[in-house]
Amino acid sequence: MAKIHVEGLYKIFGPNPKKAMHMLSQGKTKDEIMAAIRHGVGVDNASFEVNEGEIVVIMGLSGSGKSTLVRCLNRLIMPTAGKILIDGQDVMTMGDDELRQLRQRKMGMVFQNFALFPHRTVLENAALGLEIQGVGKEERLKLAEEALSMVGLDGWGESYPRQLSGGMQQRVGLARALALSPDILLMDEAFSALDPLIRRDMQDELINLQEKMHKTIVFISHDLDEALKLGDRIILMKDGAIVQIGTPEQILTSPATDYVARFVEDVDITKVLTAESVMKRSEAVAYLRTDGPRAALRKMRKHNIAHLFVVDHNHRLVGIVSADAAAALAARGEEQLAEAVCTDIKTVFPNTPAQDLFTIMADLPYPLAVVDENNKFKGVIVRGTLVAALAERGGAA
Amino acid sequence: MNQFKLPVGELIESGIDFLVEHLSFITKASAAVVETMLGGMEHGLLLIPIPIFIGLIGAGVWLLTRDRKLTLGSALGLALIWNMGLWTATVSTIALVVVATLCAIAIGVPLGILSAISKRMYQVVMPVLDVMQTMPAFVYLIPAIPFFGLGKTAAIFSTVIFSMPPAIRFTCLGIRQIPTELVECSTAFGATRMQRLLKLDLPLAAPTIMAGINQTVMLALSMVVIASMIGAKGLGGEVWKAIQRLQMGRGFEAGIAIVIVAMILDRVLQKLGTRKEK
Repeated sequence: MAKIHVEGLYKIFGPNPKKAMHMLSQGKTKDEIMAAIRHGVGVDNASFEVNEGEIVVIMGLSGSGKSTLVRCLNRLIMPTAGKILIDGQDVMTMGDDELRQLRQRKMGMVFQNFALFPHRTVLENAALGLEIQGVGKEERLKLAEEALSMVGLDGWGESYPRQLSGGMQQRVGLARALALSPDILLMDEAFSALDPLIRRDMQDELINLQEKMHKTIVFISHDLDEALKLGDRIILMKDGAIVQIGTPEQILTSPATDYVARFVEDVDITKVLTAESVMKRSEAVAYLRTDGPRAALRKMRKHNIAHLFVVDHNHRLVGIVSADAAAALAARGEEQLAEAVCTDIKTVFPNTPAQDLFTIMADLPYPLAVVDENNKFKGVIVRGTLVAALAERGGAA
Repeated sequence: MNQFKLPVGELIESGIDFLVEHLSFITKASAAVVETMLGGMEHGLLLIPIPIFIGLIGAGVWLLTRDRKLTLGSALGLALIWNMGLWTATVSTIALVVVATLCAIAIGVPLGILSAISKRMYQVVMPVLDVMQTMPAFVYLIPAIPFFGLGKTAAIFSTVIFSMPPAIRFTCLGIRQIPTELVECSTAFGATRMQRLLKLDLPLAAPTIMAGINQTVMLALSMVVIASMIGAKGLGGEVWKAIQRLQMGRGFEAGIAIVIVAMILDRVLQKLGTRKEK
């Protein structure tokens, strides 16, 4: 079951939402409804799921309804219609007490402008959520301290927010949410108010934290690069409606509409494509135990290549053998390949970004092997195929 | 136009008459209580030898503000009052102002909080405040007499009414001015309205509320002078006496004493307000 399940969600701003809903069902657009009856369409029939431990980025330009949508999840904004289930619990029908419980324990929220209480110290700010829960002073300060050290703010507890830089203030905002140890983090443009360098740091920090915490994160952003970097999946919104849901790669390589395509056309494709998506799944490998020099040479001739990767019987990468070395062995009449195998080779993981591949491959005399964490051989990247793959995807996007 | 005069005055008068008839036994009784308490307070304050009293106030100002000039000025100002022979009147005025202000704050701040929280309350309270603030202060003196009789309680009553509006307005304003993102944050973390009030609204609005209290004190001080017309003695009484006897010098002496008390109260309260902001 999905952690967050949203189905047919609508939010209309204005005194007569029914009328606006009716107009929507007749196919009227957001602008037409605004012009006709002065009602704003915040969210228009949104349906999506967020799985446990996943970062989903809701992306769109300002006014696309992304902030409204995320506020519907913890009912800071009451949706007009639709269904929201969190861990199977219906949020729409919750009473005040249930709703407070949900907000206090299950969902932490991080805000664009930090929203720290200026009259409280950093530590007291981080402890705010726990204080609202009614946790005793000693315990909540201890937990807040742990949260602060998680975000790298050891020793800043006694300072006041205004003594901190923007990036550090947002770390406090993050610590305040983490101190609750909520299952779900809602991050509303959390890094948008920071300058680009700090923003990148914070993104890295969030990725690092997420590797340890495995929270379910709904992240709002208007920055495509940020969305591509953080999102396991991206939800793209326009005029309150969801235009596409997909992995960063799907969004880039097969945009659902022209709007998405225009949105993503300026993206540096090498940041998004990974080694896995540009590699060749090569069946041409030599088996260390069974293949001799002659067999290796035959495979190279057949595939018209000058190097061959060598794997063991578990398909784990052992090394590489060049045509010259294999030919020399064959000339001497050797039966075993082992002697010619060069084991000191560079490898990359499937999720290595394509932009890093260029530098790795720059002075490599042989192709690059892609292996998984168990050193299992996955595929080969040759300089030519890398460029070709990029050209092809880039053209499509 | 005049032959159809609407009975505005008559209505108010009969309304007040009705209230006086049915409520004056309570108000008169409370007047007696207040009068005794005030009398006791004044007597107690006057028991302290004047130099020690001035020293205590100086020490208090120093502890609250850490301002050398202000401390010295306060002590010198009080010494001047003593020298002018207005000490007893000053103590009586201070006692009156303190009691009236405490009442005004005790009623005004909660009313301000309520009108910040509830829209309906706001819609009711604000026009009433407009009336309270624009109505000439003297008018309050008239109904005070039938309820409380001539004397200090009537003075305190009219002073409380006259000085309360800023306490209400500033409290309400301070809370309404809390940035929306902080309000949203406290809601997102599941705070109840009470938690929000105690953890966010009041601490953040404190400087504004202090500014309102400062205004209340100043208004109370000015009203105490006017209220001398219905028998509140003190410095206002001295001014009133001087007016009646055309003693210009005496009148100004009492006026200067009032200014000194006002300055000390104002500066100390301002310092308190700004220190809260840190």
